[in-house]
Amino acid sequence: MTDKKCEQILEKYHKDKGSVISILQDIQESFGYIPEDAVFWFAERLNIPASSFFGAATFYAQFYLKPRGKNIITACCGTACHVKGSAPIINRVREDLKIPHGETTSSDGKFTVESVACVGACSIAPVFIGNKKVFGKMTMEKASEMIKELDKVKGV
Amino acid sequence: MPSEKKTKTAKPIIDDLIIRVCVGTGGLAAGSQEVIDEFAKQLKAHGIKADIVKKCVNKTGCRGFCAKDVLADIILNGKSETYQLLTPDMVGRIVEEHILKGEPVKEWLVGSEYHAFHDKQTKILLKQCGHIDPEDIDAYINIGGYEGAKKALSQKPVEIIEEIKASGLRGRGGAGFPTGLKWDICSKAEGYPKYLICNADEGDPGAFMDRSVIEGNPHSVLEGMIVGGYAIGANFGYVYIRAEYPLAIQRLKIAIADARKKGFLGKNIIKSGFDFDIRIKEGAGAFICGEETALIASIEGKRGMPRAKPPFPAHKGLWGKPTVINNVETLSTLPTIITQGAKWFSSIGTEKSKGTKVFAITGKIKNTGLIEVPMGMSLREIVYDIGGGCERNRALKAVQTGGPSGGCIPASHIDMPVDYESLAGIGSMMGSGGMVVMDDTTCMVDMSKFFLSFTQNESCGKCTPCRIGTKRMLEILTRITEGKGKEGDIDLLVELGTNIKLTSLCGLGMSAPNPVLSTIRFFRDEYEAHIKDGICPAAVCKALRRYTVSVDLCKMCGKCFKACPSGAIAWEKKKPAVIDKEKCIKCGACYEACPFNAIL
Repeated sequence: MTDKKCEQILEKYHKDKGSVISILQDIQESFGYIPEDAVFWFAERLNIPASSFFGAATFYAQFYLKPRGKNIITACCGTACHVKGSAPIINRVREDLKIPHGETTSSDGKFTVESVACVGACSIAPVFIGNKKVFGKMTMEKASEMIKELDKVKGV
Repeated sequence: MPSEKKTKTAKPIIDDLIIRVCVGTGGLAAGSQEVIDEFAKQLKAHGIKADIVKKCVNKTGCRGFCAKDVLADIILNGKSETYQLLTPDMVGRIVEEHILKGEPVKEWLVGSEYHAFHDKQTKILLKQCGHIDPEDIDAYINIGGYEGAKKALSQKPVEIIEEIKASGLRGRGGAGFPTGLKWDICSKAEGYPKYLICNADEGDPGAFMDRSVIEGNPHSVLEGMIVGGYAIGANFGYVYIRAEYPLAIQRLKIAIADARKKGFLGKNIIKSGFDFDIRIKEGAGAFICGEETALIASIEGKRGMPRAKPPFPAHKGLWGKPTVINNVETLSTLPTIITQGAKWFSSIGTEKSKGTKVFAITGKIKNTGLIEVPMGMSLREIVYDIGGGCERNRALKAVQTGGPSGGCIPASHIDMPVDYESLAGIGSMMGSGGMVVMDDTTCMVDMSKFFLSFTQNESCGKCTPCRIGTKRMLEILTRITEGKGKEGDIDLLVELGTNIKLTSLCGLGMSAPNPVLSTIRFFRDEYEAHIKDGICPAAVCKALRRYTVSVDLCKMCGKCFKACPSGAIAWEKKKPAVIDKEKCIKCGACYEACPFNAIL
């Protein structure tokens, strides 16, 4: 299974220079995170040191080395969102989902709450993205509704 | 318009109907897709054939006035009316009264602020955003698209470079380097192949003009790249774009595919003998990749770390070859300069800052959105005439420009002109054009802490001043916001900040202390209030807040009572609320919820 997914990605990029990041992006798209095995798999076949992959994977905010929750909530932490009071809402969401301090994923694996520097939708700040859907002009109440909505769709 | 022919088979009253709904990220989040679906459903229910419906309900890019999304134009028999704040349940009445009977629903139409918002602007770049379908190349060609590329390809590259030099166009990405000069250096540099990179890694929190331009008019960026590529002698271009902009990436992919089909990209484009093609490289979430050398490292698949300059990318860039990196806005302006001429372009703006600039005005302002104004317009006109002033009519405190690399302009300098030199003079910068408006409820210490924690987090770690210096500054700022500030902290911040600026390797470190230094310069008293008096004047810093209810201002509505998560507010009908200091967790929910500013 792992091999098949990786073969498909390899097919797409094997000739290109500088495709480390593109490959990592595709790995994450397929697996939801960057499994260690997959990195070694590519490192061997492309004759690129695994350290190059891990170097890039740990440098860029987009990559995750651990599996994430079923539902992904991304909170925008841009200037406009901050000025419009996103911080208390993020805290409330984390509290409601009982996400332990210093972690991003709830213990039941249902939700991951992350922050992103700016989603560029400042006109509707504060902004949250729940499973790729944009929720604008957030308030405490709308945040609770969002969580309920996401939970209903994907469930446990 | 493609819709005109087919609508003839429908009922005569809708002989000529176009519905344009904004589908930028702002519009979509406000529910524009639901509105489009509802229009299609309703029109179909009234016996209008599905294919007509499909053609007359147009999707358009962002028109900038995002505060009133969903916006839609109904163009009936040539007469256009614009609706604001649309929701699907309003569609039925619009179809019944406006489309079928010809009587617009007056109370839902845009008001005077919509016109005020647009009338003061000079639109070159944003002219077509919100008017053409960004996913239709013919719509772009019909309004004169790719004429600039055709004209450019009939000239010699050196003539184009001279034209751009004469126009006075400066890079819109932040530093304002003259575009023509950059091209000149690269075109004379030895080495082959050469590369042109479009920098769409719009990382500034608070800026979204590049996203909106790509979402609203992607072909203008491609056309600009063709012109630039031809001028410097590059046959290949990259668009380095943030992965956080899925819609922009999708539209760009469609645009590139369509441009290839029409012969604007590929071999021998527009039968000129010149080859040019473009590829998209998605960023992976690193602010530093907006820096030229870090961006190049990222395209090469490495960690996005900058290197010392010189050599500049124009000499040694991507894969060690001469490379020009231009910002989205810069490239998108090029086709118009080529078709209308350098003289026309340089007649707009100030002596040293030519043309127009797109700003994203956000924060505590009434009309948030995207605006385009001539360089040199006063800040007052931007904030009050176009922006409509602060939300809830609160007092303006400052305007932050240039994002985490810029600084604050205090309300006392509201009459200053907005151009490259004036902004640099006040300790801020143009940046990519983010403009965040702050009122008296914004704490300046908290703001500078916010920006610094951003740059600190995004620091790549290569050079010591930026890696460790910003960390120490952030520690001091955190201490101040927690009420643990010490005598001499302000001076220490200034000293550290000045040294970081002088000794950092790249633009990120060199500008990271700007928000702190500029707020200390103009709002030193706020810092002092935090340290000496233990008070946050704007009541933002959690540790320094003490919430009370003003009995005079309280209208006894009970909203604070409902908002409080810790049961710390006692309230009964017809009695002012009381906050129990023991139970209060200082979350600020009551403060936000109060419509009368009665929570102090």
